[in-house]
Amino acid sequence: MNKLTRAGLGLLMTTAVATVQAEEVRIGMITTLSGGGSHLGVDVRDGFMLAIDQAARDDIEVLIQDDARRPDLAKTLSNEFMQRDEVDIMTGIIWSNLAMAVVPSVVRQGTFYLSPNAGPSALAGRLCHENYFNVAYQNDNLHGAMGAYMREQGFERPLLMAPNYPAGTDALAGFKHLYEGEVDGGEVVDELYTQLGQTDYAAEIAQIRASEADSLFFFLPGGMGISFMKQWQNSGVEMPVFGAAFSFDEIIIQAVGQAAIGAMNTSEWAYDLDNAANRAFVEAFRAAHERTPTLYAAQGYDTARLILSALDEAHPDDQDAFREALRAADFASVRGDFRFGPNQHPIQDIYVREVVEGTDGKPTNRLVGLAIEDIQDVYAEQCRM
Amino acid sequence: MSATLLIEQLINGLQLGTMLFLMASGLTLVFGVMGLINLAHGSFYMVGAYVTALTTASTGSFLLGLAAGSLAAAAAGAVVELLVIRRLYHRSHLDQVLATFALILIFSEGTRWLFGSSPLWLSPPEWLAGSVALPGGARYPVYRLMIIAVGVLIAAGLYLLISRTRLGMRIRAGESDREMIGALGIDIRRLYTLVFALGAALAGLAGSLVGALQSVQVGMGEPVLILAFVVIVIGGIGSIKGALLGAILVGVVDTLGRIFLPALFGLFMSPSEAAGVGTALAAMLIYILMAVILAFKPQGLFAAHD
Amino acid sequence: MTEHSTERPHDTAAAPMGAPRLGRQGLVHVALLTLTLLAPLVAHLLGEAYYVNLATRIVLVAMAGVGLNLALGHGGMISFGHAAYFGVGGYVAGISAYHAFDGSLLMGLPGSDDMLVIWAVALLACGLLALAIGAVSLRTSGVYFIMITLAFAQMVYYFANSWPSYGGQDGLPIYLRNGLPLIDSQDPLSFFLVCFALLLAAMAITARLMGSRFGAALTMARLNETRLATAGISPYPIRLTAFVISAMITGLAGALYADLNGFVSPAMLSWHFSGELMVIVILGGVGRLFGPLAGAIVYVLMETLLGGLTEYWLFFLGLVLLGVVLFARQGVIGWLAGGTPHG
Repeated sequence: MNKLTRAGLGLLMTTAVATVQAEEVRIGMITTLSGGGSHLGVDVRDGFMLAIDQAARDDIEVLIQDDARRPDLAKTLSNEFMQRDEVDIMTGIIWSNLAMAVVPSVVRQGTFYLSPNAGPSALAGRLCHENYFNVAYQNDNLHGAMGAYMREQGFERPLLMAPNYPAGTDALAGFKHLYEGEVDGGEVVDELYTQLGQTDYAAEIAQIRASEADSLFFFLPGGMGISFMKQWQNSGVEMPVFGAAFSFDEIIIQAVGQAAIGAMNTSEWAYDLDNAANRAFVEAFRAAHERTPTLYAAQGYDTARLILSALDEAHPDDQDAFREALRAADFASVRGDFRFGPNQHPIQDIYVREVVEGTDGKPTNRLVGLAIEDIQDVYAEQCRM
Repeated sequence: MSATLLIEQLINGLQLGTMLFLMASGLTLVFGVMGLINLAHGSFYMVGAYVTALTTASTGSFLLGLAAGSLAAAAAGAVVELLVIRRLYHRSHLDQVLATFALILIFSEGTRWLFGSSPLWLSPPEWLAGSVALPGGARYPVYRLMIIAVGVLIAAGLYLLISRTRLGMRIRAGESDREMIGALGIDIRRLYTLVFALGAALAGLAGSLVGALQSVQVGMGEPVLILAFVVIVIGGIGSIKGALLGAILVGVVDTLGRIFLPALFGLFMSPSEAAGVGTALAAMLIYILMAVILAFKPQGLFAAHD
Repeated sequence: MTEHSTERPHDTAAAPMGAPRLGRQGLVHVALLTLTLLAPLVAHLLGEAYYVNLATRIVLVAMAGVGLNLALGHGGMISFGHAAYFGVGGYVAGISAYHAFDGSLLMGLPGSDDMLVIWAVALLACGLLALAIGAVSLRTSGVYFIMITLAFAQMVYYFANSWPSYGGQDGLPIYLRNGLPLIDSQDPLSFFLVCFALLLAAMAITARLMGSRFGAALTMARLNETRLATAGISPYPIRLTAFVISAMITGLAGALYADLNGFVSPAMLSWHFSGELMVIVILGGVGRLFGPLAGAIVYVLMETLLGGLTEYWLFFLGLVLLGVVLFARQGVIGWLAGGTPHG
């Protein structure tokens, strides 16, 4: 055998043997730390680790890996976590498509998964599982809440826009579900579907201009929303803009700048939401990271605090007891009230925020009021656990 | 479908087309003169955008940023030509593809290393913000009109450069007979470095201009690069005229397809289904266009030589 | 060109090779195969399923490379779009499993979670796709061929990306690995052995093909088209046949790869993957029977080891690749074993 192949085999062996013995509880986090939209993953991680650090327990080990927003990579990483590192709990995934690639097989192989962000409809309904908990929302929650809010505010001809992928079509369906129907005269004038990752919106803006719409509701997460808002500002189209918090988190509106002022958005959390847990969280996060947390940080924080509350009751090896402890959700959420529905997704209040000019002249979100109370996703009835 | 909307979309297509032309002209020049296929052309687009964003942020002047971006791209082009590309002229296309693929990896990951993965944000300057009225009542962003104007100026400039100057004469000589210019006593090495840097500068300019409209991030050059390849294949590799026509054709077809195909299918389908079928077809449209053109003209519309 | 008869590694047909350093080259081949087979066996005994799967990945990437090598190395057709076949093979596995899972029909046909059926369909689908793409692309040559194969692959990529029925950009999960008669495909080692056997078969087919008159004609079409024409043979059908077979091998690898990951997405169709596949073939040594295997071992191990050290490992891959292209044209096999490629 020649040198190179021998070296290769040797490396294979040493890495194989070097796998460490399990600590008491091992948590694997797969999240997006590089590429477009990495600030979501960074905030989930920072929020999560803030809670873990505050707990100061020495029996918890958190392993963190970057999925670069690639479903195939996320899948590989989850296999590594399960087969090589033998983690007890997995968490961290930001994007619904990555969650769909990873979660169904993870939970079916007996590992707990707690979602700090992605909440695709299939995992809330048809593919729900007793080992899967969503601590953030079902994806439709924020869109539906905005549908309800815009209808209540009397917008009669909204135009909807989203990327042409499952989360995008789900978003618009969720909006329409609570906007249309029953009484009222409102009607969606048009639905525009863009390419995922599209960077130029000139063609869509021309269509919006030519339409009869009185308002625009869009769902363009991450960098897409920033590009769109910048181009929208220079287009000269005057129309009130609405969206979910995904397009208006603190980091995105900083990048968009003045163009974001006046936009309304729905969120299950706001940094100026007044409760003790939230005040403490925002203060600690600002002290640790010198920036205002986004909703993703809040979700990461809540996820970790839920895990910690359940670990006080049982070890994940005792699956039934640990699952019961998670279901009880006995922790002080930064959102205020928090409870799980039968499909282990939250039933929660959704708020409306407005982007305003902050004291430093930069845009920031301000809590306006409640959009909808105790919203529960419509997929729960498809869930057979 | 109103006439103003159609006009606005045509202008959008034209704007995409001029931007593609900036990319494609460099690619096609480098191929025409040196016979080199350069996958790393998108990296110069990215270099231009990054340097523009950084310079604009530190000096506050967008024009200074634009100049710095183009110059940096040209410099990067010259260095790459001297170190790597120069060794590839006599190699097979396969080696050229692989070596320039390696350059993409080095540029992209190197940039990620230096500046991180988060996009940088660059905005058009105040004096180019906002929109103006078009004939017919619609409004159109000033900045996009400026991109078209720059594209037209560059096209005119390239035409003059190639038809009227000494350098242009040498480039034309190189395109028609690569051996001959050596015999004419022209310093080929310098000519090649110059042409390569010129192509890189144009790509850098395109990246800088578009960066202010969208975002500046690692990998931003790749989708544009592929489109630019389609452009030069349609136009005929090596032909500047072909690149111009191909760019406008691709820009307009892509823009109109994206809007009108979903609308067309929307006549007999629900919006989300129509969007699915329509956008799927629209995304493929320019490749279909290319296959059709090549089926009739295997050397593109204005073949220079293979 | 001589069929090499001694030191035949296992039961595969061995490489046709240049005579002088045949002993050393044969040894390298045996070593490569033994390594590929033994490493996962050891990992299995240690209970490390992860490393068994890593070896399976190497084998499948190598198989895709074997396919590309037939077109690129032996046939001189620089296809920059082989990801299309890899991805289509993957989607056949994904879509078939999807319909089998929820019992729905696709154009009147039921899905299947039997790998044998999936393989047959994947081979057929990739063969037909390559026939169409090859028929148009092979009318062109040189740079046009590179660009047009790239463009066709992009077409498939964008289609998969924006067609919503099978997940579009999100990709399509395979919840449970497709099955095989008599063999437990869920077991990592069994699945590895299946993939390994198929890799050997693909290499054997390539060797047989290149040893035949067809192979001689294909080599001649690459080296000297005019001479082939004077012999009264038209290069077009020869090239097209090789292109189609090449695509089918890559497609089969794609179908297996989707089952390995339990997931198929447009990423399998992206031009980056086409580039990576070319890199693997080049790293190993163009036109060498064992080149893709050597290239895949180097590439995947680099990705795993270097990727564990720095997240910017592609930067270093770029440097290595640049070095190989500029200074070490013969690839790993050439470096280890010497001898000339292209049988």
